[in-house]
Amino acid sequence: MLDADFFRRWMTVTAASVDREAQRLTALDSPIGDADHGSNLQRGFAAVRAALEKEPPATPGAVLIQSGRLLISTVGGASGPLYGTLLRRTGKALGDAAEIDERRLAEALRAGVDAVMQLGGATAGDKTMIDALLPAVDALGDSFAAARTAAEEGAVATTPLRARKGRASYLGERSMGHQDPGATSAALLIAALADVAAEAGAGDE
Amino acid sequence: MLINVPETVVADALRGMAAAHPELTVDVENRVVVRKDAPVAGKVALVSGGGSGHEPLHGGFVGPGMLSAACPGEVFTSPVPDQMVRAAAAVDSGAGVLFVVKNYTGDVLNFDMAAELAEDEGIQVAKVLVDDDVAVTDSLYTAGRRGTGATLFVEKIAGAAAEEGLPLERVEAVARQVNENSRSFGVALSACTTPAKGSPTFDLPAGELELGIGIHGEPGRERRPMMTSGEIAEVAVDAILEDLAPRSPVLVLVNGMGATPLLELYGFNAEVQRVLGERGVPVARVLVGNYVTSLDMAGASVTLCQIDEELLRLWDAPVRTPGLRWGM
Repeated sequence: MLDADFFRRWMTVTAASVDREAQRLTALDSPIGDADHGSNLQRGFAAVRAALEKEPPATPGAVLIQSGRLLISTVGGASGPLYGTLLRRTGKALGDAAEIDERRLAEALRAGVDAVMQLGGATAGDKTMIDALLPAVDALGDSFAAARTAAEEGAVATTPLRARKGRASYLGERSMGHQDPGATSAALLIAALADVAAEAGAGDE
Repeated sequence: MLINVPETVVADALRGMAAAHPELTVDVENRVVVRKDAPVAGKVALVSGGGSGHEPLHGGFVGPGMLSAACPGEVFTSPVPDQMVRAAAAVDSGAGVLFVVKNYTGDVLNFDMAAELAEDEGIQVAKVLVDDDVAVTDSLYTAGRRGTGATLFVEKIAGAAAEEGLPLERVEAVARQVNENSRSFGVALSACTTPAKGSPTFDLPAGELELGIGIHGEPGRERRPMMTSGEIAEVAVDAILEDLAPRSPVLVLVNGMGATPLLELYGFNAEVQRVLGERGVPVARVLVGNYVTSLDMAGASVTLCQIDEELLRLWDAPVRTPGLRWGM
C-alpha cells in the first residue's frame, strides 16, 4: 500500500530530477519552443518541495492536490496549468484515503491525464506530454517499471512527429526531428514514481 | 546581458519601473502593475498580462486611457492566475473587468483559470483573445494565430472606450472589433537571447532572415537569404493583405522587435507606406517604434487595423502611459 509519505517522496524525487535535467529540458525547448521549460518546472517543483517539507499533508490525495495548486501558482506558461491539473485531478481522484493500492493509483492517474487532455485539447500523437503520459498510464497496470519504460519510449517517439499543440505547432513541419520537451519532463515525473516505488518495494507482490 | 542573475530579471525590472513611474503602483512581490488611481469609479477596468520580454507591452501600457493593470510573467512565460485575480480585484470598480489575452496556450489557460477564480470573488469578467498573426496559416493543426502587434491596438482603443465610461459588453465588443480587423506579420534578422538560456534561442546565420516569426524567439515558417527593407515590406504587407482587404483606412504599426534601431524602422516604414500606396490601401495613422518586442531580437513587424470613424476617434483619444502618451 502507498501512503502519504510515498507521494511526498514522489514529488521530492521529481524535484531533484527536474533540477538535474533542467538544462536538458531547456535545450530541448530551444529549437521548437522558447528555451525555458527547465527553469519553469524547476521553479515550480522547488516550491512544491519547500511546501512539503514545511507542512506535509496527511493523505496521498492531499499531497498531490497541494502540489498541483502550487504548480499552477508558480510555474505559469502552459506547463503550470497542465502539470498542476494533472496532479490536482489525480489527487482528487484518490479521495481522502490514508493509503491506496497500485490499482487505485493507476485509475487516479488516468483521471488526471484525461483532465490534462481536456484542458489542453491534445490527443495522442500531437507531440505533447500526453505522448509520454498515456502509454505510462496504460502500462501502470503491469508495473511501475513498465510505466517508466513506456513513458521514456513515448517521449523518444515524439521526435519524428509534427507538433499540433502549443508553441512548437507554429513551426509546422520544422518541428519534426526534435524530441518534445513536455513529453520528456512527463517521463521524468513517471521515472521518479518508479524510483520511489522500487525504493519502497512497492508492486513486488 | 545587462542583468544581475537570470532568476531576478523580472523583479529587478519592476523595481526600476516603480522608481521611474510614481504614477503607477508596482507590486514587485506579487508582480502586478496598477494605475495609481484604480479602481476608477463607474468605469470598466482592462487587465492584461503575458510573459516578460515584450516591453513596453504590457506594464508600459498601464495608465489613463489604456490598461488598468498588467501582470508580467517570467520571461516569455504566461503569468499565473493568482496575479490576474489580484490585479482584477485591485482595479474592479464594480463595473467589471476585461481580460486582454494574447492567443498562446499558456496565456489562455492561465487567464481562463483566473476568470473563474475572479468570478468566484464576485468580479464580472469578460475576455478578448488577440490573434492577429497571419504567419500562422494552419490554425486547424496549430494552437491558432498568435497575438502580436494588434495587442497594442486592442489595449489602446478598448482602453479609450472604458475611459469614456462604456459598459463592459460594449468595451468587449470594441476590443473584439479591433482584433477582428487587425493582422500582423513579423520578420527576424537575428534570434533573441533569453536570460535563462544565455545564448540565442535559435540559430540564424548572418546573411539570412526568418519570415513569419512570433514574439517569443520561436523561429518562423521560412528562412531566406537577406532581403532589402523594400523587399521585406512587400512580403509583410502582401502577407497581411492576402488575409485582410481593407475597404476603409487603416492604422499602421511598424514595430521593432527590440534590437533594430529607429533609423532602420523609419526607413522600413517608408517602404511599408510605399507598398500600401501601391496596393491602394488608405492610411489613417502611423505608429513607429519598439512596442511589442522580443527581447534583443533584430527585426520588425507590421500590423494593420482597419478602422471606422468611431475606432479612429478612440485611437486619437488621450492616453498617458509609460509607453504610449498623447493628448494629455
